[in-house]
Amino acid sequence: MTGFIVRRILSSILVVILTSMFVFVLFFKGLGDSPAVNYCEKLGPGKCTTAKLDSIKHQMGFDKSLASNYATWAKGIFVGRDKVYVDGKEYECPAPCLGISIMTGNTVTHDLKQKYPATLTLAVGGATMYLVLGVLLGSLAARWRGTLADRLLVGSSLIVSSVPFYLVALLAWIYLSLQLKIFPETGYYPISENPAKTISWMMLPWLVIGLTNCTSYARFTRGQMVETLNEDYIRTAQAKGVKTNRVLFKHALRAAIVPVITIFGLDFATLLAGTIFTERIFSIDGIGNWGLTALSTPIDINVVSATVLVSAILVVVANLLVDILYSFLDPRVSIA
Amino acid sequence: MSTDTFERPSDMAAPANPDDPFLIVEDLTVKFPTHDGLVQAVTDLSYTVERGKTLGIVGESGSGKSVSSMAVLGLHDPKHTRLSGSIRVNGQEVIGAPEDHMRKIRGNSIAMIFQDALTALHPFYTIGDQISEGYRIHHRVSKSDAKKRAIEMLDRVGIPQANRRVDDYPHQFSGGMRQRAMIAMALVNDPQLLIADEPTTALDVTVQAQILDLLQDLQREFNSAVIIITHDLGVVAELADTTMVMYGGRAVEYGATREILTHPEMPYSWGLLGSIPDVSTDAEARLVPIPGNPPSLLNPPTGCSFHPRCPHVDKVPGDLCRTTLPDLTPGDRGDNHLKRCHLANPGEIYAVEVLPEIAPDLIDPETGEMIPELAAVDPDEV
Repeated sequence: MTGFIVRRILSSILVVILTSMFVFVLFFKGLGDSPAVNYCEKLGPGKCTTAKLDSIKHQMGFDKSLASNYATWAKGIFVGRDKVYVDGKEYECPAPCLGISIMTGNTVTHDLKQKYPATLTLAVGGATMYLVLGVLLGSLAARWRGTLADRLLVGSSLIVSSVPFYLVALLAWIYLSLQLKIFPETGYYPISENPAKTISWMMLPWLVIGLTNCTSYARFTRGQMVETLNEDYIRTAQAKGVKTNRVLFKHALRAAIVPVITIFGLDFATLLAGTIFTERIFSIDGIGNWGLTALSTPIDINVVSATVLVSAILVVVANLLVDILYSFLDPRVSIA
Repeated sequence: MSTDTFERPSDMAAPANPDDPFLIVEDLTVKFPTHDGLVQAVTDLSYTVERGKTLGIVGESGSGKSVSSMAVLGLHDPKHTRLSGSIRVNGQEVIGAPEDHMRKIRGNSIAMIFQDALTALHPFYTIGDQISEGYRIHHRVSKSDAKKRAIEMLDRVGIPQANRRVDDYPHQFSGGMRQRAMIAMALVNDPQLLIADEPTTALDVTVQAQILDLLQDLQREFNSAVIIITHDLGVVAELADTTMVMYGGRAVEYGATREILTHPEMPYSWGLLGSIPDVSTDAEARLVPIPGNPPSLLNPPTGCSFHPRCPHVDKVPGDLCRTTLPDLTPGDRGDNHLKRCHLANPGEIYAVEVLPEIAPDLIDPETGEMIPELAAVDPDEV
């Protein structure tokens, strides 16, 4: 068990390092020294001499090799960097240093810490909603399979999955927030200051994420449950005199939930990495929106790299957790 | 340990006559409506099982063995099943009984052992949890008392170090131990009727024998009625007092086990006997498979459902086998031996045509006739 976890952690770290390299190399190669050139041109006509440009390039490190740039960047994550130059200004960037954001002039780490609670709150609430709703609906549909309610569920899940998510989110915001004012305000209100307000502001985005995603979970759970309900051990439970609800929610669901949890772990990681549409439409100041803003010219490369790195870490960690969780959920799986 | 924890619903309060058999099945018919039509799984089945006695139900896959015993527990989904006839457990009607009532019987006065214990036990719960769950459904006891009971039962069925193994998962048990655990689970409430559905089919031969011995011991100890469903005539010979041979959802031969095994009067039973390999007998003995396939239950054959596979159809005059379903009637050997066959002289055909092929050592080489003392061989040795 410990050996397995250590091996998995090591390989996870390797994946994260490789991802960071790819991202860094691709953007560094792709953008070249354009950040230096951009700044130099902003100085005004005639002021951007070749000597000036060279000194800016030197300040920003573009005269050094790709490898040494990556090394500086990667080292900064662990020990910080003393002098980082953006647009001719000098910044201090303590560890973990992911560079300076062009948009705000803050360290990327500072901005990330500020934006992340909103994304985290959105993801936890939304994911809980779709997991609970989906598993419940799916289990009940499996119990009453073939009935009208079951067909409605399967049918509605097809409709929901064929409507683009941003449309649902946009319409929900227009009608429920703007027109009917059922949810007059949306967005992220710091949870440490007023949790009740956080909940009321986040309720609509949670509902939109929960309801649009729960149908696929309901269908998946239903499929797993229908399969499980045909298992011999379900008949054994019935032959013991176990009550129908207990057969359903203890015996059947216990086995059917395992693959559902596996999928959920990965979906949840995706949510944690930021939801662009939801954050944008409901004006939630999270990292999805942040990353999107960073893409406007001039590209805030450090922010983009940071969001990619965070997503990679989250997906890798989620995978690891799912694997470890699996051995607890299914006693037959031994990961020693 | 009281097993009378289920209450008798007042609307069916028929006082049980203690002399009546514990289980009386009369004209049981089970049909499953499907998209392709009505599946006639069991038709007009009648049998009884007394306390302390064992009924063996023999037949091939799809003959209705399991379906009929699932009906005794009311385990068929009422939405997808049509049941008729009567099943009386201890004097109480089971067919049409409310679900609540059935749940109090299931696992309590009637328990079931299933074929493949690996799939019949829940893979994610410990053996102990699964046994004590069954106990706690029918007894108001604490979790720790139920666990003690589980350990006691595991010990009783011969699991070594039961107090440790109780926390194991099914996959940590060997096949034989899993089947023992399954038996422990079935017996945890001291059932008066135990239905064992192919309890040894998934096991190897030595373990089979151990499990059968265990079942026999437990039956003596608890004086319970036992139904053993099998396609293995050896199991029947070992355990059953009476035997019912089923084919195509109907009983085709029914009587004392020794009778059925030594003087079978129905060609399907001959076929079953002919297809048992026996290493101890004459090398001349042939293993004769029954030709053809089990009948379709959607479109059962006309007349006798065995006629398409029966090599003796020509011996019955007037195409009777193809047109008329024979009744289950007493044959030449008295009221205790029922058979469903048009053949007028089945005993003679068996002795002259069938036995020499499947068991030449039972035939006197001089006279060409069945050796009487060998023919009445002890069922335990069959």
